[in-house]
Amino acid sequence: MIPQGASKLEKKLESGKFAVTAELGPPRGADKDAIITRASLLKGCVDAVNVTDNQTAIVRMSSIAACVHILKTGLEPVMQMTTRDRNRIALQSDLLGAYSLGIRNILCLSGDHQVFGSQPDALGVFDIDSIQFVRSVRDMKETGRDMSGYELAIAPDMFVGAAANPFADPFEYRIIRLAKKIEAGARFIQTQCIFNTERFREWMRLAREEGLTEKVFILGGITPLKSAGMARYMAAKVAGMDIPEHIIRRMEGVPRVKAADEGMKIALETINELLECPGISGIHIMAIENEQAVGRLVEAAGLMPDARAGQEGN
Amino acid sequence: MIVAEQKPLAEIIEMVSPYGKLLILGCGTCVKTCFAGGEEEVAILASLLRLAFKKKGIDIEISELTIERQCENEFIQEASLAVSRNDAVLSLACGAGVQDVARRFTGKPVLPGLNTTFVGVMESRGLFTEECLCCGDCRLGLTGGVCVLARCAKKLSNGPCGGSRNGKCEVNPDSDCAWQLVIDRMKNLGTLDKLREYTPPRDWRSSNSGGPRKILREDMVI
Repeated sequence: MIPQGASKLEKKLESGKFAVTAELGPPRGADKDAIITRASLLKGCVDAVNVTDNQTAIVRMSSIAACVHILKTGLEPVMQMTTRDRNRIALQSDLLGAYSLGIRNILCLSGDHQVFGSQPDALGVFDIDSIQFVRSVRDMKETGRDMSGYELAIAPDMFVGAAANPFADPFEYRIIRLAKKIEAGARFIQTQCIFNTERFREWMRLAREEGLTEKVFILGGITPLKSAGMARYMAAKVAGMDIPEHIIRRMEGVPRVKAADEGMKIALETINELLECPGISGIHIMAIENEQAVGRLVEAAGLMPDARAGQEGN
Repeated sequence: MIVAEQKPLAEIIEMVSPYGKLLILGCGTCVKTCFAGGEEEVAILASLLRLAFKKKGIDIEISELTIERQCENEFIQEASLAVSRNDAVLSLACGAGVQDVARRFTGKPVLPGLNTTFVGVMESRGLFTEECLCCGDCRLGLTGGVCVLARCAKKLSNGPCGGSRNGKCEVNPDSDCAWQLVIDRMKNLGTLDKLREYTPPRDWRSSNSGGPRKILREDMVI
C-alpha cells in the first residue's frame, strides 16, 4: 500500500524537530530486493531516504522506481532528479508520474557531469539548470500549471529541496547562490559532506547574516569515512569535496582495522557540532554503500527517533 | 573565428584512397588563421599524402588550390576548373565550406579534411578556445561578457555548480570555470549584485534545437 498525503519530512521540519535523512543509491541492475534489503537497514532510524538519480553519471535503476520500492517498505523517499539527463518535458513528466506514485519530496540537482561516469560519450542535456528546475516545481505547486502554463488536473505538491556546496569556489558567491535557490522555491537544502567544519561554520554564519536560515531548512551532509584510502580518494577525485589534511592524517594515524571506527568518530564530532550550530535543521547521512553504519551513527549521536522525540532543530 | 583541426592522416588516407586524381582545396579565411586549412596546410598535407601513397605503391595525382573562402560562391567559382580536372575534392574548410563546395559541384565527391570544432579565439599563439555556441540569443550582457553557455560544462544560467575549484572547472582542470570568470569580472565592474537576479530558462528555438536556422536580409536581396 502506497501512502498518500503530504510529506512527513516537511511536517517534521516545520514542527521544528531535528531531522535525519540518509542517502541510498539504487543498484546497477533491476534487483528490487537489493533496495528493499538496504532500505530496511535504515528503517526506524531516519525520517526519509534520499534516492540518488544515476549518481556519478553511472546508469542505475531509476530514482522513481527505487523510490516506489522504498515507499512500499514504509519509508519515506526523497527523490533526486537531475537536469543532466532530462529536458524540461521529461522532467515535468517524471515529476507528475512520481507524484502520482506517492512521492512527496524532491531534490533538484544539475547532476554530476557525464564525463565522470561510465558512459562519458553520452550527451548531457542541461536544458534547464537546477535553480530553474526548483522554480518550475514550486510554480507548478503554486499555480497549478506546468511550465507551458497549461492547467493541470492535479498539480504535484512536492516538498522541494536543493543542494549546496559550501566548500566550492568562489566562496563569496556561495551564499548568493544559496539565496537564489531559496528565492526559486527550495524549502530544504542538503549540503555537501562536511569535513572542513571551519569553512562550514563560516558559510553558516554568512547564511544567518543574510537571513537565509529563517527561510530554509538546512541539512548538514555527513559521510562516515571507512578508511584513509577513501579519505584520500575523495579528497583528490570527488568533485566539490573538501577534506582537510588533518582529517586525512587522523585516518592514517590509526591501524587499518580501526579506521572505520575513527571515521565514525569524526562523523559523530561533526554531528555534535551541527547540533550546536544555529540554523541547522537536521543532518543528511551519505554513507556510501554502507547503510549499516547509518543506524549506528544515528544511535551514537542520540538521534534515534524515540530519543529525539522532543529535540528541536536550531 | 571558426576553429577546426585536421583529421588524422590515416582517416584522410582511407577516405581519399578510391580516387586517382585528388584536389586538396584550402580555405584562406578562418581555418587559415587557426593553422588547419590554409595554403601551407594544403601543401604539407599534399606532400604527406603523396609520400604515404608512394610507400604503398599506389599512384595518385594530387593537385593543390587555396581559395579565399569556401563559403561564398564568388570564390568557389575560382575552383571550377581544378575541380573538373579531378576525381574528388578534399576540402580543408569548415563544415559549411565543405557543404557549399559540394552544393556547387553536384557530380563530384567532396570530402572533409578537417573536423570543425568550435567558434572561438586564439587565446595565445597556438592555443584556441571555444567562446560561442551560436545560440542565437546572446546574453553576454548579463554575465560580464563571458558566455556561460559555451564555457560552462553544464550550461548553468544561475551561477557556478559545486565543482568550481580554484577557478577551474571540475570537468577539465585545464579550463577556467566560466562562472569564476563572470564573478571576477562583475566584481571588477561593481555589478556582482546583478548575479542575484534569476535567469529564466532559455528558449532553445533560437539555437540549432529549433532546426537549421536561416537569416533572410531582405534589404540585401538583389
